[in-house]
Amino acid sequence: MEITVTINGKSHTADVEPRTLLVQFIREQVGLTGTNIGCDTSSCGACSVHVDGEAAKSCTLLAVQADGSSITTIEGMASADGTLHPMQQAFMENHGLQCGYCTPGMVMAATSLLAENPNPTEEEVRIGLEGNLCRCTGYHNIVQSVLACAKS
Amino acid sequence: MIPAAFDYVRAGSAAEAIQLIGQYGDEAKFLAGGHSLVPAMKLRLAQPTVLVDIGRVSDLSYIRDGGDHIAIGALTRHMDVEKSPVLAEHVPLLAHAAGHVGDPQVRHRGTIGGSLAHADPASDLPATTLALGATYVAEGPNGTREIAAADFYQGYFTSALAPDEMLTEIRVPKMGGAGWSFQKFNRRAQDWAIVGVAAWQRGSECGVGLVNMASTPVLASSVAAAIAGGASAAEAAEAAASEADPQADLNASVEYRVHLAKVLTRRALEAAGG
Repeated sequence: MEITVTINGKSHTADVEPRTLLVQFIREQVGLTGTNIGCDTSSCGACSVHVDGEAAKSCTLLAVQADGSSITTIEGMASADGTLHPMQQAFMENHGLQCGYCTPGMVMAATSLLAENPNPTEEEVRIGLEGNLCRCTGYHNIVQSVLACAKS
Repeated sequence: MIPAAFDYVRAGSAAEAIQLIGQYGDEAKFLAGGHSLVPAMKLRLAQPTVLVDIGRVSDLSYIRDGGDHIAIGALTRHMDVEKSPVLAEHVPLLAHAAGHVGDPQVRHRGTIGGSLAHADPASDLPATTLALGATYVAEGPNGTREIAAADFYQGYFTSALAPDEMLTEIRVPKMGGAGWSFQKFNRRAQDWAIVGVAAWQRGSECGVGLVNMASTPVLASSVAAAIAGGASAAEAAEAAASEADPQADLNASVEYRVHLAKVLTRRALEAAGG
């Protein structure tokens, strides 16, 4: 089935099998590999992207469901000149990543969280990121990064 | 993991969806938000040969004041239920429980109708709408019919919906200022409840729904009868598991589930009635 999806501002039209997952489409057909596959069971959030501005788990969406949508992946967060998105900058400054595997999903979930709640409490950040797991257990600095970004 | 191959068709309206599901028969399934079905398909626990995508039927996403009840379109997302000012005012228990389904990413995509039609007794919203005395509206080739939540759930992942019927609306009575509480006991963030309790109380009248205490969500009628008879929250909660038939699994034995049901029911009633 032919679908057209805008990813990071660029339109992509492609023929996909209906069973193609959105994350597969993004990684394998479009070639954007910043979005990671972690648990593959909707639990870990490593595959989080924005679909029409809201965080979603791209391992649990079929590419055909995203037909006509506007998607942002981690590659679309920094400016064209390489300036990091404020959330990426906050993660860098607050040591919000260790191995880095969960980071793209964390950044996408955290920016979606701040879009809905621009001034969250620490508890609201922790609850708001419950869909994202960090196997380094680096949650403290991840939460600090999100709070720092909200303040900046 | 990817699902087994299937054919995919898209419906533009409820009528078209019902016509398509009738055309393809028992092996076809509706796809709403897909956040229960797609994981099951990836694990090959479900292998429908045709998916009828109803996710674009936009006129089934609404929350309306129906006078004595609030009418919710089946394709309303959990996030929209959670954040609805109308529900916050009139059915706050449901809005609150919707905010405990999965995690934010799941709530951005999953729908109330999809969750109810999936009929998973471990899900939050079947027991919550049961406690609230909701009525579901189903549309089929011969028109629409209303199904009481109490008659809807028939077993694990099995509902009263006919294969060619689609859940289109959920009608939830206004709570009229009743106290309420939602108690969800789990061990990990975003997990299903090991046991959950949704309760409301107004004077000697109450409704208590249990999550994950049988093959269906459970209406704890004995608790309501005890409260109506003047029992305290602690006394009434002793009857919490009377209608339940819990199973043991990796998380909990039968005895532990019964214990949790009593403790959580007591806490819920103390919060709702106190």
